[in-house]
Amino acid sequence: MKVSKCDPRLAKSLIEQYGGADGELAAALRYLNQRFTIPDKIIGLLTDIGTEEFAHLEMIATMVYKLTKDATVEQMEVAGLGGHLADHGFDLYYHNAAGNPFTVTYVTAKGDPIANLYEDIAAEEKARATYQWLIDMTDDVDIQDGLRFLREREVIHAIRFREAVELLKGFQEEKKVF
Amino acid sequence: MSSVMPKEYYRVLEELQTVDFVLLELSLYLDTHPDDPHSLAQVQQFHLRRQGLVQQFETHFGPLLEYAHSPTTAGWPWAETPWPWQV
Repeated sequence: MKVSKCDPRLAKSLIEQYGGADGELAAALRYLNQRFTIPDKIIGLLTDIGTEEFAHLEMIATMVYKLTKDATVEQMEVAGLGGHLADHGFDLYYHNAAGNPFTVTYVTAKGDPIANLYEDIAAEEKARATYQWLIDMTDDVDIQDGLRFLREREVIHAIRFREAVELLKGFQEEKKVF
Repeated sequence: MSSVMPKEYYRVLEELQTVDFVLLELSLYLDTHPDDPHSLAQVQQFHLRRQGLVQQFETHFGPLLEYAHSPTTAGWPWAETPWPWQV
């Protein structure tokens, strides 16, 4: 991940994708948890996308780390990260841009494959929207490159989940024959 | 900590990441289109290319994974390589 300047202000917003409701941690936990009860045809997709989200989590963490590692205490405070500094110093922490700690209530499991997959599609679309806001917030072209990549991944994941819904509909219709 | 690695490190790693990305995309596509012969052929092709790149990278810069590709007989280089956020 290339980051061309120290920018704790952007880090404060970017942390949304680390420990926020539509962030990468929530995504990974949501998909990997749904795998166990989803019809067999969809397990591979949830496994692969869930795992990819953990890689994205490391990418976001790398960006946040590089954006803040050379910042002074004063720069962190000016960026609105004084509260973060008091509790965590320069460590990363799973919270959203507003500082609320990660909660597992960001993740749903409804015991219904279609409901779960629609939830997953919505999560991808919300994450895509967040990435767009973040891209608009910075003029660092290196960071923008990374964020555009992640935004595109949300698009692809949403497409794959939509296809999974179609596979599932076919599967449900098949079952009615018996 | 941050390290500046030799040019070759970034070049091979970027090529590996590119090939990995192709394989990841093909995997997700095949998860919902498992019978597509064109994608299956591409997986074969890129998998071979990946093996060469992994070998090239690991020979010079140490293991990419904790245990997967090539077992070490001397030392434990896994914990010595610079991590992704340090390069």
